[in-house]
Amino acid sequence: MDSLTPYLLLSAGLFCTGLMGVLLRRNIIIMLAGVELMLNAANINFVAFWRFHPSSEEVSGLAMVVFAIAIAAAEAAVGLALAISIYRHYRSTNPENMGDLKG
Amino acid sequence: MSLFFIITALITMASAIAAMTLRNLVHCVLCLTVTFAGIALVFLQLGAEFIGFSQILVYIGAVSILMLFALLMTRGGTELTLKRWDPVHWITGTLIGIAGFGVMSFAIFNSSLRQSKIPEAKADSLHALGNSLLSQYVLPLEVMALLLTVALIGAALIALPEKNVFRKNASFSKNQESGNK
Amino acid sequence: MWFEELLIAIKHYLVLQMPGSLQPVGSAFLSCLPIMTSFGGLFALATLLERKMLGRIQNRYGPNRVGPGGLLQPVADGIKMLTKEDIVPKNADHLIHFLAPLGLLVSAMLGLSVIPFGHRLIALDIETGILFFFAVGAASELAIFMAGWGSRNKYALLGALRAIAQMISYEIPLILSALSVLMVVGSLSLSDVVQAQSGGIHTWHIFTPWGFLGCILFLISTLAEINRSPFDIPEAESELIAGHMTEYSGFKYALFFMAEGVAMFAMCALTATLFLGGYHAPFPILSFIPGPVWLFGKLTSLVLLFIWIRGTMPRLRADQLMEFAWKFMLPMSVVNLIAAGIWVALDGGVAAWISSGLLNFVAYFGWSRILSQASRFSPRTYRYAEEAGVSE
Repeated sequence: MDSLTPYLLLSAGLFCTGLMGVLLRRNIIIMLAGVELMLNAANINFVAFWRFHPSSEEVSGLAMVVFAIAIAAAEAAVGLALAISIYRHYRSTNPENMGDLKG
Repeated sequence: MSLFFIITALITMASAIAAMTLRNLVHCVLCLTVTFAGIALVFLQLGAEFIGFSQILVYIGAVSILMLFALLMTRGGTELTLKRWDPVHWITGTLIGIAGFGVMSFAIFNSSLRQSKIPEAKADSLHALGNSLLSQYVLPLEVMALLLTVALIGAALIALPEKNVFRKNASFSKNQESGNK
Repeated sequence: MWFEELLIAIKHYLVLQMPGSLQPVGSAFLSCLPIMTSFGGLFALATLLERKMLGRIQNRYGPNRVGPGGLLQPVADGIKMLTKEDIVPKNADHLIHFLAPLGLLVSAMLGLSVIPFGHRLIALDIETGILFFFAVGAASELAIFMAGWGSRNKYALLGALRAIAQMISYEIPLILSALSVLMVVGSLSLSDVVQAQSGGIHTWHIFTPWGFLGCILFLISTLAEINRSPFDIPEAESELIAGHMTEYSGFKYALFFMAEGVAMFAMCALTATLFLGGYHAPFPILSFIPGPVWLFGKLTSLVLLFIWIRGTMPRLRADQLMEFAWKFMLPMSVVNLIAAGIWVALDGGVAAWISSGLLNFVAYFGWSRILSQASRFSPRTYRYAEEAGVSE
């Protein structure tokens, strides 16, 4: 592969799939999975740009991916903990049922 | 090389779409795992070994397992959430997704980045990455460590059972029962 | 050296006999074939050895009916397993139920591909070898989940969740204690790790303060990671149902067993590589004996150690297991990492020996004293399902 286009297209496709998931699904856990998919799609771009950068000393793309993976893991942990705690309260994982302002 | 990429990309996209549309939620997460593995393969094809294996370690070993646990704890594993099929909702959502993809591919095909040529294989990206993480990016690295610690403690705190509530209710119901008897 | 060179020469000769387009595939196949066959055979022998040794520990003979001294017992077991009926529950998720044992075996086998079995005898010599090992090991948790969930059985699912919780908890001290070695060696490649211990027994990592504690922590985590006694509550045969393997029978059950055995060999091989000098002889005079012999000798003695532990130690309760992982193993592995850091900063030598050894010693005795003070037989607390709000 010596062209950047296929990687960017794959990344765009995955990003839009994740976006669709967040828009369509009615379960917070699967919505969170969609967000993770979007983050991963962005990571493909970072790595592809790193690979196609002319300088061999430049690794900021990889460093960004390391940070993105760590932050995504933290986000998943906190988000899923929130999902469980919300389920305990409302007995549901459908975000439409969480309209109350007062717990 | 090119054929390998096409196969990987097709599997990744197909499993991503399956993950976002399947009815059984555990199947969704398992398909998402295949997507993560496909993305890791793309990283490996791009020559980023460290990132590719970290992706497998973190996403397949931890994040997807976490999602499966959360699904089971919220009884999502057996419940079908797409019972109410709402065509308008689905059509608009799909259209937004396709429109987003159209805009992005338009931008990709019109950008000057397409002309960039692949340089020679990058030598020793692992050492360069390690050095830059501990020199140029040392502050973000420390912040990230702090963030992970906070996330660990926060997640444990949020998911803790609301002890006092349960105890109060339990003692209350017990008292009631004994009173009735 | 000569043995490894001979093997490599044979492989090159065989690859050159193939037509040109098949050569890359053939080369990969010839690298995998010896690993798969030798570990398959080793697994068969280890089952016999385990039953014999457990028999000796329990003051009985063990299998002695099939063949001379019971030597053909593995063959009989294999035939029995293969001819058994393969039962799949009616409500099971057939695809996932089928894929789970395969996934487990593949992830266990893949780990072996980055272990250096001798000088240049390594199937996949990559820069990030140990990361690869842990990454494919992490995939086994998913396979266990698939086994538990796919069989649509409460007990299988509960067993799978228990196994995954245990494996995730012990993966942290496992990786942290391996990290101390990588920090000192300064490379993620396992061939570099072995090369750093080539000077004889005094250069082995186990004979340093951080390596000693790291090796012990690594071995304990290994026991938990591969679900062996005393950490075998996921599948305690005598007390609980067989965990995630409840709904498996026949050949698939045998695959689970084989995956477990291969995972044990892979972890023992990694322990030998990280801490016990890999394929190097303890004394340079003995280096005429081929490297694979040394590695397999170290591996087998670790397996014997595991069998001994299985015959000796009682099983831990689930909460004791988790407490041990999070309260003792995790802090100790972090302390060990600091000790390795001191070693790197002082660049070895007497000062490094004293300071990192003292740190580990004080941390171990201090922390275990505090923990034992804290956990004086407290009254048992029961939490009922109704109380926790699950019954609704």
